Amino acid sequence: MPILTKDEAYALLKKVISYSKADECEVNIGGGDSANIRYARNSVSTSGVISQNSLVISSAYGKKVGTATINEFDDASLEKVVRRSEELAQLAPENPEFVSFLGPQTYQEAKNFVPATAAITPKMRADLVAQSLQVAKEGKAVAAGFLEDSVGYSAMMNSKGLFAYNTATGTNFSVTVRTEDGKGSGYATRGYNDITKLDTKTATQIATQKATSSVTAKAIEPGKYTVILEPAAAAVLLERIIFGLDARTADEGRSFLSKPGGATRLGEKMVDERVNIYSDPWNADLPTSPWTGDGRPQEKTMWIEKGVVKNLTYSRYWAEKKGVKATPFPDGIIMEGGTKSLEELIKGTKKGVLVTRLWYIRDVDPQSLLLTGLTRDGTFYIENGKIQYPIKNFRFNESPVIMLNNLEELGKVERTVSVESNANYLLPPMKIRDFTFTSLSDAV
Amino acid sequence: MKRRDFIQIAGMSAGAMILPFTSFGESVDPMRLLDPLMDTAEKKKLADIALNTTKSLGATYTDVRIGRYLNQFVSTREKKVQGIANTESFGVGIRVIVNGTWGFAATNNVTADGMKKTAERAVAIAKANSKFQKQPVQLAPTPAYGEVSWKTPIKKNGFEVPVKEKVDLLMATNARALEKGASFINSQIFMVNEQKYFASSEGSYIDQDIYRILPGFNVTVTDKASGTFKNRSSFSSPVGMGYEYLDARPEDKIQSPGDIILYNKSYDIIEDAGMAAEQAKQILAAKSVEPGKYDLVLEPSHLWLTIHESVGHPTELDRVLGYEANYAGTSFLTLDKWQSKNFKFGSEIVNIKADKTEVGSLGAVGYDDEGVKCKQWDIIKDGVLVNYQAIRDQVGIIGQKESHGCCYSQSWADVQFQRMANISLQPGKNDLTPAQMIAGVEKGIYIVKDSSFSIDQQRYNFQFGGVLFFEIKEGKIAGMLKDVAYQANTQDFWNSCAAICDKRDYRLGGAFNDGKGQPGQSNAVSHGSATARFNGVNVINTGRTI
Repeated sequence: MPILTKDEAYALLKKVISYSKADECEVNIGGGDSANIRYARNSVSTSGVISQNSLVISSAYGKKVGTATINEFDDASLEKVVRRSEELAQLAPENPEFVSFLGPQTYQEAKNFVPATAAITPKMRADLVAQSLQVAKEGKAVAAGFLEDSVGYSAMMNSKGLFAYNTATGTNFSVTVRTEDGKGSGYATRGYNDITKLDTKTATQIATQKATSSVTAKAIEPGKYTVILEPAAAAVLLERIIFGLDARTADEGRSFLSKPGGATRLGEKMVDERVNIYSDPWNADLPTSPWTGDGRPQEKTMWIEKGVVKNLTYSRYWAEKKGVKATPFPDGIIMEGGTKSLEELIKGTKKGVLVTRLWYIRDVDPQSLLLTGLTRDGTFYIENGKIQYPIKNFRFNESPVIMLNNLEELGKVERTVSVESNANYLLPPMKIRDFTFTSLSDAV
Repeated sequence: MKRRDFIQIAGMSAGAMILPFTSFGESVDPMRLLDPLMDTAEKKKLADIALNTTKSLGATYTDVRIGRYLNQFVSTREKKVQGIANTESFGVGIRVIVNGTWGFAATNNVTADGMKKTAERAVAIAKANSKFQKQPVQLAPTPAYGEVSWKTPIKKNGFEVPVKEKVDLLMATNARALEKGASFINSQIFMVNEQKYFASSEGSYIDQDIYRILPGFNVTVTDKASGTFKNRSSFSSPVGMGYEYLDARPEDKIQSPGDIILYNKSYDIIEDAGMAAEQAKQILAAKSVEPGKYDLVLEPSHLWLTIHESVGHPTELDRVLGYEANYAGTSFLTLDKWQSKNFKFGSEIVNIKADKTEVGSLGAVGYDDEGVKCKQWDIIKDGVLVNYQAIRDQVGIIGQKESHGCCYSQSWADVQFQRMANISLQPGKNDLTPAQMIAGVEKGIYIVKDSSFSIDQQRYNFQFGGVLFFEIKEGKIAGMLKDVAYQANTQDFWNSCAAICDKRDYRLGGAFNDGKGQPGQSNAVSHGSATARFNGVNVINTGRTI
């Protein structure tokens, strides 16, 4: 089934709702095409194209809810899926946390669909990969990379009159370039809604440059260092704060946002006052969906303003219980930065470590949000404002909360991709003092 | 469909190394999970359509995987049922070699027409990709098995157990934890059934029916006054068994040092939840560890994850060769180390086997996802690296003529590739119990159950946490510790292995969700060991105040 237009989605969902006999029901539909090319050892290893469409219906009798899914869209199938969700609801135990579906909402026009991405051809995709492979070949290096793009739509309607529709496109690209002797490695990643912005050649050149300049890395003692985190490295730490913004967990006393006596840090200064973190679905460089899967409108929301925790995320149930606004989990995160380039940040650093990528990030202690992980694909020692030499990789143990309290300086914001979650962010490079490296790694 | 599901379908989903459980397929009526849907004769007929189509288009090899993947997930918290999900995913994946190049396409339209069109797409993709191909794919030979079948040897099919029985069991579990002082508990039962039909152009038609189950919980105890909290996860393991795993048989309970109870091939979830609440309170009050060197006594419920990360992954041949360089990484176990025949991976008592046949393990199947009959083989013998894990298109690179049979795809929609077999540390040859082992330790820590884990992309440097930590002083358990993590270099660590308990203490741990590949795929794998001792390992203190 092709991507449905707004009118087609409206008509189809209206029909599904008309079959409902439950107290209330809600239907989500979505689908699209995604394609990818994977390469390694300077050659394509796998590629695939996946087309999927699916419809989910939730029917409720009182607080008993049943959900059913289908990927056939003829009238008989649609009626069947409605009946099945109703049967499942009748069989289900009561869910005391069920909240009646949301009524009609108003959404602003979305900006996250780019026709050029939707119009990508297999040849364009292959050319983008060929350009990357060419750079590696010329640099006598070995490239491994992954390019994926997607185009899709989502729509929802419920028996209370809510209707929402959105289309989206996206592309993520990453490449690891290693020297032929395996002594140097470099990485670059890019994410866009508009695939015409993707320059695989330049990205691969940057990765190649990092690979060749990271050969003959020296070992320096682990300990506390001033670090400059490139946006891709900062992303994997910062996103852990965002993932942990759930109000319920904090209220229950089992979050880094919980305080002695049962209170939370909401409204309190938690990090350096230069830290401002927000989400904005209409940001031109990081547009996201204007609504969530349960129909709540996404709004521009401040999460941390001048170091103060301004908002937490709420499920509709918890918000109702607490008598507050049900602020949904954000889709795109933006952190304000400064005006300096990465080079200027390095220039102003007497002694420090440049970290281009962090890897295998795991929680060590949820109480303090202590994380561990390693540097990867190019780590460099800085002295007197210059990169002096490549250094061996470190393991770190650090909390992003402590890290944002030890903030020295922020650079210019750019769009980056988290290697851990694949989420896209707008983040600045960050200069942080007393970042804790606890051991050395021989990995290249 | 939720927005997040849309993102996953669009292929932009997250991929960590141990993956979060993501989308499982379509939601269905629980009774549908017992419906056979399509018989093998019909599957063979459809598979032959694809095989004939690709052959006529010039494919030199084709395999067809018609797969039906069923899941049931029952989740609760405290006194509430949070969710009951029954999902089904049915479709076919067709893989071909044309012009020496792989091509793959998949569809959920499992009809004659769907087979034909998807087969044509797979061939077209192979042809397009062959422009980039530097060396043609070569497959190690495997016998044609004709029409054969295999089934996980389960005693009780969990999908036949009424959902109410599962809800009642979890409610009793939660009640016990709350009664013993838990502030919160989340509990769940997760069941998997893979019905896989494999057909190849070489003459194998393999029908398999595979079962796995993962019951478990997480208990949290909070101290409101100080604003602190501790978690204690369940001591269950995911297993390749039926619902009989939840029978709580007394003979499978193991009274262990530190006055704790552990479980082997049968699990008592209610009893464990009560102990979890009590132990979480003890962890809150435990002494914070003094960092330094300790002799570690690692229990199988903990050691499995260290084996997984530091032995399982670096011995995957595709990683060694660089195929995973952009994501999971490469390996320090380069081919020259293997070729030397004397690379001392560990001490002489370290013997590690790869295995796809061990009964009750997550990796056990009759045949892998490219039709190779499964087996067991040595990876580390008397401390020396002797082999890797490899599949048909790569095993020739290390001069071997037979695939190891560890090819796997998480679904019909994903292309199969090398995935980890069960990798297990063999028990010690001399009689030794954990209590006897602890009696010989002067300054050490006894660690139970896995928790935090992280390792570099070539598998040299790792850090592991745990759930329970007992201080060992002069051969005796001297109370509980907290804030413990150990860091080591893989080769140093395995060479510090000083003793391994005997086979009476051998048990399996494992994970449902080992991640690898781009787009990411999940693999279920078990790791067996007996309690083992590692001397002089660096322990750090992870306590921080924010």
